[in-house]
Parts: sequence; structure tokens; C-alpha cells
Amino acid sequence: MSLRNTAQRYGLISVVLHWLMALGVIGLFSLGLWMTDLGYYSPYYTSAPFWHKSIGLVLAVLLVLRLVWRLANPKPDPLAGHRGWEISLSALVHLLLYLLLGIIVLSGYLISTAKGQGISLFGWLEVPALVTNLPDQADRAGAVHYWLAVSVIGLAALHALGALKHHLLDRDDTLRRMLGMRLKQGKES
Amino acid sequence: MKKTFAGLALGSLMALSGALQAADYVIDKEGQHASINFKISHLGYSFVYGRFNDFSGNFSWDADKPESSAVNVSINTDSVDSNHAERDKHLRSDDFLNVAEHPTATFESTGVEMTGDDTANVTGNLTLNGVTKPVVLDAKFIGEGDDPWGGYRAGFSGTTTLTLKDFDISRDLGPAAQDVELIITVEGVRQ
Ligand code: HEM
Ligand code: HEM
Repeated sequence: MSLRNTAQRYGLISVVLHWLMALGVIGLFSLGLWMTDLGYYSPYYTSAPFWHKSIGLVLAVLLVLRLVWRLANPKPDPLAGHRGWEISLSALVHLLLYLLLGIIVLSGYLISTAKGQGISLFGWLEVPALVTNLPDQADRAGAVHYWLAVSVIGLAALHALGALKHHLLDRDDTLRRMLGMRLKQGKES
Repeated sequence: MKKTFAGLALGSLMALSGALQAADYVIDKEGQHASINFKISHLGYSFVYGRFNDFSGNFSWDADKPESSAVNVSINTDSVDSNHAERDKHLRSDDFLNVAEHPTATFESTGVEMTGDDTANVTGNLTLNGVTKPVVLDAKFIGEGDDPWGGYRAGFSGTTTLTLKDFDISRDLGPAAQDVELIITVEGVRQ
């Protein structure tokens, strides 16, 4: 498997980015819900948000890298068995996943920086606050953050169901070529 | 013409009655010569100070008859500010002030009892987080007189301690932080 995408399959970089980010998104979602429910005397009360924000910032960087990589690489051709509506629906879902993730990291940033404080990245450096004091900034950004996080998880579940349908019912290469596995059909590249 | 005359007559009548009663003051919100602050223990090791940035109110005051004074304040709870975006968001949530449901807190005095030359217990009803409870403000008259810009001003400070649970704020911040102290300093401009 090459680093770059080919017409037949996703390359190593795309595969690693996909699964790293999928892990990050599901992890941050669970962490987010859990940490906002902690009692004041929980030992994780200050560390959980610290990790949530730091990992979230990493995810934001990965998202940008991924979009750049996506534009610099060919998108693998739809498999022979893919129907027209499947191709357009999956393209729409992918677009929405990228879009929602972008807005989620942005809104998360806007919560924390609403009053001018920066966000610590693992304690190594501080990402400065650039946009502050918008009307009700923290509350509005917080509502957007929460509802889009719920939406992205819902959409990702639909997306995963689709992938599993192709893998288990259609028994085609859709999931295999995102996992970097040997393909059943066609030539390896 | 008639209207103007009636207006003038009414105006002077009101001025006259005003002279007989205590003077009315509007809290100088515009010039920000007033602040409503709170102070709460952090773990028993230190204190956090915060404030409400948006409020309005008025009081009546007559140095000769301090017992007949009265004060009304209305606070926009959405304006809570502890200089920390995430904490302030939490303070606005239903863990604390629930500003979506209870956007205003009010204090309406019901009585003033002098405890010294310039100190008094101001009793009144405080409505906070939708709960109304009588509280006693430990108040102090600071001073009054002409200001340099043609007005007349009087100023007071007051403190009281509230137990968070009394106002249905059940979020537990630890044994040292069950109570919060309100610290109010206001200056009024005579109307
Ligand atoms: C730059 C990236 C991110 C930052 C700076 C960030 C920041 C925050 C902050 C400050 C909160 C606390 C909000 C509060 O106090 O109510 C929060 C909550 C949360 N975050 Fe993030 N976040 C980021 C990325 C993400 C991502 C990628 C997800 C996952 C999809 C996510 C999911 C959540 C969830 C579910 C909550 C709980 C919301 C609630 O219950 O109110 N966050 N985030
Ligand atoms: C939060 C989790 C996830 C996110 C945000 C996500 C996001 C994405 C995105 C944006 C793409 C499009 C890649 C491109 O630009 O070409 C994609 C492709 C893909 N994803 Fe996910 N994904 C997630 C989880 C999953 C899971 C759990 C599975 C499998 C069970 C999966 C299977 C796939 C497959 C097979 C493709 C390739 C689709 C195709 O060839 O058209 N993803 N994913």
C-alpha cells in the first residue's frame, strides 16, 4: 500500500488519519459528556477539560492536514457495485462530517476563549484567544458545540452502518480499502 | 399653553412633596459608580471574587429620617463575571444561577433599622434563582453632597452572607464554600 491514495484504494496516510480521527472524535465526545458531569471534588475536574481541549486542538490540526491531503490526492473511484444513490449519499455524509468537525473544533475554541484566556496545548504552549467578547459567546458556542457533537456522532454511526453494510452484506471492498487490507478484486497498487 | 401651565403646576407640586419626603436617588449605573460583588471561599484556601456587571436600582434617602429610607435593586444575572469564560458559563447554567429561567435577581427593602450614626440593618426580600427569602444587609452610609458636575450624590455600602442551598443552588463546592458573601457599593444621583 502506498502513502498516497490511488484510484483503487486509500493510501496509508489517509487510512491512518481516518482511524486516528475517528478514535479522537469518539473519545472526545465521551470525555466531553463525562467531564461536564463531574463533581467539584473529582480528581479529574481540572485535568479532564485540559485533556479534552488539548486533544481537541490536535484534532483541529489533523483535520486541516487531512483536508489538504484529500485535495492533493485522487479520491479512490467508486467500486463497481456502488449504486448512484450510495455514491452521492456517502459523498454528502463525508462532506457533512468534515464540515461539522470543523465547526465543532471552532465552537470549542470559542467557548474557552470567550473572555480572552488562551487554551493550553498539553501545557507546552498556549493557543491565544483571537475572537473574544462576542455577545453571549461562551453560551452560544457551547450550545453549537454540544448539538453538533451529538450530530456528528449520529452521522458517524450512519456512516459506519453504511460501511458495515458494504462489508457484511454486499461483501465488497469498501471497508477493506479504508482499513488498508488486501483487496478482493482488482489489481493491487 | 394651558398644558404647559398644568405641567408646571404639577411639577412644582411634585417638587414640593419631594422636599417633604426623602429624596429619590437613581443608582449611577451609567457612570459605573456602583458595583455588586460576591466573594466565595475556594476550598477554604483562598477566595474567588466575582461581580454582576448589569443591574439597576434606586433608593430614597434622607439623612434626617434614615429609617424611612428604601432601596430597590434589580440584577441581570446573565451578567455574572468572575473573569473566567468557562466558569462564568457554568455559573449561568442550572447548576448555579439558571439565568435562562431566572434572568433577574431583585432586592426590595422592607425596613431600615439604624445601628449607629452611619450604620444600619436594611431588611428586605432577595429573589435569587427564583427563590425569595428575607435577608439583612449590613449597611453603611458613606457620604453625600454636591458633585463637581451639578448633581447631588449619596453613597452606601452593604454586605450580607447567603447560604447557596437556601436559594436552591445545590451544586456542592465543598464544605468551606457553602456560603457566599455579597458586597455592594452604590452611589446614587438625586433626581
Ligand atoms: C479544539 C477542540 C475542542 C475544544 C477547545 C473543546 C472545548 C470544550 C469545552 C470548553 C467544553 C466544556 C463546555 C462546558 O463547560 O459546558 C467542551 C464540552 C464538550 N465537548 Fe469539546 N472541545 C473540542 C473538541 C471537541 C470534539 C472534536 C468533540 C467531539 C465530537 C467534542 C465534544 C464535546 C462534548 C460532547 C462536550 C460536552 C458538552 C456538554 O455536555 O455541554 N469537543 N468542549
Ligand atoms: C467519528 C468517526 C468517523 C468519522 C468522523 C469518519 C469520517 C470519514 C470521512 C470524512 C470519510 C471520507 C474520506 C474521504 O474524504 O474520502 C470517511 C471514509 C470512510 N469511513 Fe469513516 N469516519 C468515522 C468512523 C468510521 C467507522 C467506525 C467506520 C467503519 C465501521 C468507517 C468507515 C469508513 C469507510 C469504509 C470509508 C471509505 C468510504 C468510501 O470509500 O467512500 N468510518 N470517514
